[in-house]
Amino acid sequence: MKILVPVKRVVDANVKIRVKSDGSGVETANLKLSMNPFDEIAVEEAVRLKEAGIASEVVAVSIGDTGCQETLRAAMAVGADAAIHVEADTATQPLAVAKLLQAIVAKEQPQLVICGKQAIDDDANQVGQMLAALLDWPQATFASRVQIAGGEATVTREIDGGLETLAMPLPAVISTDLRLNEPRYASLPNIMKAKKKPLATVSPAELDVDIAPRLKVVSVDEPSVRQAGKLVSDVAELVGMLRNEAKVI
Amino acid sequence: MSNYTAPVRDMLFVMNELAGLDAVGTLPGYEEASADLAEAILEEAGRFAGEVIAPLNVIGDREGSRLIDGKVVPPTGFADAYRQFVDGGWGAVASEIDHGGQGLPQLLAKPVTEMWNSANLSFALCPMLTQGALEALEHHGSDELKAVYLSKLATGEWTGTMNLTEPQAGSDLAAVRTKAVPEGDHYRISGNKIFITWGEHDMTDNIVHLVLARLPDAPEGVKGISLFVVPKYLVNADGSLGLRNDVQCVSLEHKMGIHGSPTAVLAFGEKDGAIGYLVGEPNRGLEYMFTMMNHARLGVGLEGVAISERAYQQARDYARDRVQGKAIGQRAAGAIIKHPDVRRMLMLMKSQTEAMRALAYVTAAYMDQAARHPDPVQRAYYQARVDLLTPVVKGWSTETAQEVTSLGVQVHGGMGFIEETGAAQHMRDARIITIYEGTTGIQANDLLGRKTVREEGKTLQALIEEIRADVARVAELEGEAFRQIAAGLEEALRVLEATASHLIATAANDMPLAFSGAVPYLMQLGIVCGGWQMARAACIAKARLDAGDDVAFHQAKIVSAQFYATHVLPRAQAHAHAALHGGQATLALDESAF
Repeated sequence: MKILVPVKRVVDANVKIRVKSDGSGVETANLKLSMNPFDEIAVEEAVRLKEAGIASEVVAVSIGDTGCQETLRAAMAVGADAAIHVEADTATQPLAVAKLLQAIVAKEQPQLVICGKQAIDDDANQVGQMLAALLDWPQATFASRVQIAGGEATVTREIDGGLETLAMPLPAVISTDLRLNEPRYASLPNIMKAKKKPLATVSPAELDVDIAPRLKVVSVDEPSVRQAGKLVSDVAELVGMLRNEAKVI
Repeated sequence: MSNYTAPVRDMLFVMNELAGLDAVGTLPGYEEASADLAEAILEEAGRFAGEVIAPLNVIGDREGSRLIDGKVVPPTGFADAYRQFVDGGWGAVASEIDHGGQGLPQLLAKPVTEMWNSANLSFALCPMLTQGALEALEHHGSDELKAVYLSKLATGEWTGTMNLTEPQAGSDLAAVRTKAVPEGDHYRISGNKIFITWGEHDMTDNIVHLVLARLPDAPEGVKGISLFVVPKYLVNADGSLGLRNDVQCVSLEHKMGIHGSPTAVLAFGEKDGAIGYLVGEPNRGLEYMFTMMNHARLGVGLEGVAISERAYQQARDYARDRVQGKAIGQRAAGAIIKHPDVRRMLMLMKSQTEAMRALAYVTAAYMDQAARHPDPVQRAYYQARVDLLTPVVKGWSTETAQEVTSLGVQVHGGMGFIEETGAAQHMRDARIITIYEGTTGIQANDLLGRKTVREEGKTLQALIEEIRADVARVAELEGEAFRQIAAGLEEALRVLEATASHLIATAANDMPLAFSGAVPYLMQLGIVCGGWQMARAACIAKARLDAGDDVAFHQAKIVSAQFYATHVLPRAQAHAHAALHGGQATLALDESAF
């Protein structure tokens, strides 16, 4: 069984991001970029399935500028066997990404796609669901436990107030939640070996996908700064302020 | 508590732009060492250092390693982290591929080592000593010894130790008394060794002690010392572990710092004599030790860089966070980083750490060139550079680390004196590094005696010429920063030349007088070489800025170089004054007057 794992290159989780002065987006120039943490969990899960003898091959795919190749090497350093880089110099939106992945799935014929539930940059949480719909495959999102047996995936997912366990036939799409596993560190020998693993590049045109944006960003703003608190002397004053100043009651 | 984030950006800048990673990557056997690979390795090593090893630093300091019933128990978490370290292949960055290493150049290995040292100096000492033992065996061991021990040491599956010091034999190893008596194909070793770093622990199945000892017929003094391998557990012919050897840890030292690292007193041969195997030829042990001493000394210099970086990061984070007082020129109370003097301290920490890192990595690149350059003339040229700069990197970086870690405490104010903040630990941990692997005084004697006077300043003069050419390049750039950098370096070079020729001339007729200026000379050379690297960095940063590349980083680099030129380079003149005019007063007093 082949597993396809889409990985996104995002601003590193430890970097404090800043909004561009013209409000058109987030400043990314010269920032440390890394693999989206949910995608790290997806790669780890796929590699564990391979180590358990359930999967035979793990292919990572990333969409974006040439920097994505570094992210793909990182995926191969922790165990992905091969990688595909879809070259795109402009930012891609979830639908375009899902369509590109659909085209890659058609070429690679995986039985399972494991993706992060969302990317920490735009928090869209859409690609996995859109991809499943485009492929007309079953999907299980926010996985906290994955078991594969007899052509079926049993997925435990985190929902409000508890856990839900679903079973679905393969091929299927699974998106990972935070607690599915703890990704490993790449070992030095594997970082070296990753350099020699196959990395193919392909363009959206070759995949016959139009990646032109369908959505327009109107503006991006910093969250408003929290105001200092006030000390009130009694309940009457509090109620008065809630009513007249905060206007919440 | 403090976090550690590996300064990958600055490390890559130094490796690529100052130390010439691309040139090192053309050397035979180093073809894989590309900028891409360097970045991938540094990123992952940085993560591992920051997330796994760094959090154990404070635990190691508080718990220390403990001796319980003859067994050494390392601090909580160390054994698990060490296992992960070995599994990750981090013990073998620069080891030969044949022995299970990755065969990467020193220029790539040293930044990774810097990270371990920043994250946790006590922890990092274990692989460092293992590396030393490995090198001794690699260069001087018989094929039989190599077959048994090399790959285990290269991977870190077993650790290594260096047993040199005895109570009466510290800096003067000629006084070593430990005995080795031949018995069949091996020797029986007996004697006491002190200050044995990671001399005993249970993190690995076996420990390989390298021990200096005397054969029964050995001549007196330094020419009568041989080197032996003494494993904690004897190794059977099939590679499995056999009997426990006759070596015991009888106590651990109570130290000022590096509490996590067990500093053992080892008793060899309390019963029948520990079984040991001769490394190389008899009576050449000290010579073998010295071949790897250069590596070890550069390694300790790197510890100075590493602990300075850690102290700087902690002080910077505190200064950004701690609100106290209205800074001069500010309207409201704010973070202490707004205070001009706090900025001065942080800049002293930052600029000197960058300068030390640059010189250490450049020297590592020289080592690679000296080892692998196809042209023997070039190899000799680079080796001379390594020989000259090794005592400088060791002496100057470790001495500067005292200032930087002390400033780290100072930035914290009263809280720095309180152990909870962790600032004090860096200062205490740093205190040993000017002492072990040869004190600053010994480094300075080596620099002045063997590396300067003996060859009448030939290598130094070539270096000065190279620096002068770079100064001319900086002087051509427009702007106050470059003017100050060029002027500062020019003046420092002038006094360095004067100092060197004065000391060379003085040494010809009054050795004590000349050597009273050895440490001022070493510090001066370190300051100038650091300023040289900062000047080169500023030049490159200017070109990158003009191309619009990473503006924030490159601007900061130029400011750092300018600060160094105006605050640190002038110190070279003070050292020069002491070396030129201060010798007489150093030696004048009768011992009874002290």
